[in-house]
Amino acid sequence: MSAIWVVVEERDGRVSRISWEAVSAGQKLAALTGQVVNAVVIGAQTEPLAAEVSAKALGKVVRVEHPLLAAYTADGFTLALQQFVEAEKPDYVVFPHTYQVRDFAPKLAARLGQVLIGDVIGFAEGPVFVRQLMQGRLNGTYRHVGSGSCFVSVQAGAFRADEVQAGTAAVSVFTPTIEPAEIRTKPSERFRGAAQTVDLGSAQMIVGVGRGIKDPANIPIAQELATALGAELGASRPICDNGWLPMERQIGSSGQTISPKLYLAVGISGAIQHLVGIKGSQCVVAINKDPDAPIFEVADYGIVGDLMEVVPALTEALKAAKQ
Amino acid sequence: MKIIVAIKQVPERDAQVRINAEAKWIEESGLQYALNESDAYALEEALQLKEKHGGEVVVLTAGPERVGPTIREALAKGADRAIHIDCADLGNRDALGVAKLLAAAIKPENPDLVLTGLQSDDLGLGQTGVILAELLGLPHSSLILHVEKTDSGLTVKRELEEGWFRTIELPLPAVLTIQSGGNKLRYATLMGIKRAKTKEVRTVTAAELAVDSAQVAVLERVALPQKQKSTQILPGNPKEAAAALVEKLKFEARVL
Repeated sequence: MSAIWVVVEERDGRVSRISWEAVSAGQKLAALTGQVVNAVVIGAQTEPLAAEVSAKALGKVVRVEHPLLAAYTADGFTLALQQFVEAEKPDYVVFPHTYQVRDFAPKLAARLGQVLIGDVIGFAEGPVFVRQLMQGRLNGTYRHVGSGSCFVSVQAGAFRADEVQAGTAAVSVFTPTIEPAEIRTKPSERFRGAAQTVDLGSAQMIVGVGRGIKDPANIPIAQELATALGAELGASRPICDNGWLPMERQIGSSGQTISPKLYLAVGISGAIQHLVGIKGSQCVVAINKDPDAPIFEVADYGIVGDLMEVVPALTEALKAAKQ
Repeated sequence: MKIIVAIKQVPERDAQVRINAEAKWIEESGLQYALNESDAYALEEALQLKEKHGGEVVVLTAGPERVGPTIREALAKGADRAIHIDCADLGNRDALGVAKLLAAAIKPENPDLVLTGLQSDDLGLGQTGVILAELLGLPHSSLILHVEKTDSGLTVKRELEEGWFRTIELPLPAVLTIQSGGNKLRYATLMGIKRAKTKEVRTVTAAELAVDSAQVAVLERVALPQKQKSTQILPGNPKEAAAALVEKLKFEARVL
């Protein structure tokens, strides 16, 4: 049956936000192609999740269920969805672009002779799918050619969860055949890293430092700006990878998600992984020497220039304004 | 342990990119290239595993002639030898097509471990390693920050979202995609650079590997992104721009 199928993930026992965004994307794609959109939940006990999803405007909801799917493994999820896709022959399979999907969807697609069009931010008539290239500096338009299912994953925040249309969908169960020996990896329970002592999530003012700072010896000029603002200091991933600031100050998909009144990005080019972490910011200011840096696409105000000159000038201007 | 590290040469991070005349990719002439960042971490992980457990580190890359200096850089850092898949039409192959090339070159080597970076800084697909595992029939794990060899295989630390991690055990041979930041990167020493000149670089052409290059996902067009917001760029020298920004933040955005 030709249809669009959305693969839904859970987070703490509920449908995750980005999965709703994927459902929203599926409904929008369905409007474009005139097809039915359905959903799949996958795991060992999927009834509550399926109940949540079945209250939306979907053709049907299928529970791909097996005791060996209790914990996520790439082998288990690939095998289960491979059998499901071979049975249903969907035209499109839409995933949320999560770390879990990145771990198995390319494998699933390859097994079926397909390629995942990953991290999609939009689509248009065709359909063609848009994803970011060169760290967000460019957009690329991709088309699926040949026969077989088209696999797509959608970027966090690219589609709106609150636009998912309500309805009712029938729920059924699909039982894949999986042997224990086919699952070769053994996952443990997830755990947190070092205790989070810096809560950037609730900070109202944040200064973020990126690669443009060039040298750890220059961190103090950003710290002085943060102090003048009464702001917390955060950083993009490379700064923490290099050990210039502690990991607990990392902002982005693998670090903290922030929603301050003011976010001041200093020497941050604006890679996708960083931008998803700052989406909730009320006002974004970018200081960067490169006028084409992607950070300027999301900034309300920008200063193009050498941060070694601009940041101290801004610190002085803020101090003067306070007096 | 015999480790193959698949690396990619990508445009340098600060390079000014221009869209080419056909709007299919970027203008490559005059562009500076470098080793992809997470691939540098994959190489570092391989070198550290070799230092602890012995064995061999082989770097593998596909690309045109210009990848030479990137291969030499990896050899100078300590890789033992290299395989260069000479391929001028990499851009006309999708993720599966590129992985097929790499897999064809890896298979006869029978490695214990294959490492790749998490994703490339140019296309950012983040799929090559995962697809390689499928093509080679090996178990894998992605987004790995730490690798430990055990009696039965490997124990790895996988990064999850929002500061969470998971430990995963897997048997060897296996494929891992390495996240940046897990190790400190080394620099090539003068001795290393000297030695690299005498190390083996075996070139194999894409044609010799005889893999299917038909695309399933085609990059049709490249364009500049549309702005999500209209950014007010504040002009003037640093002092003027800073003063103007404070005014805007106070009286327009009202966040100060």
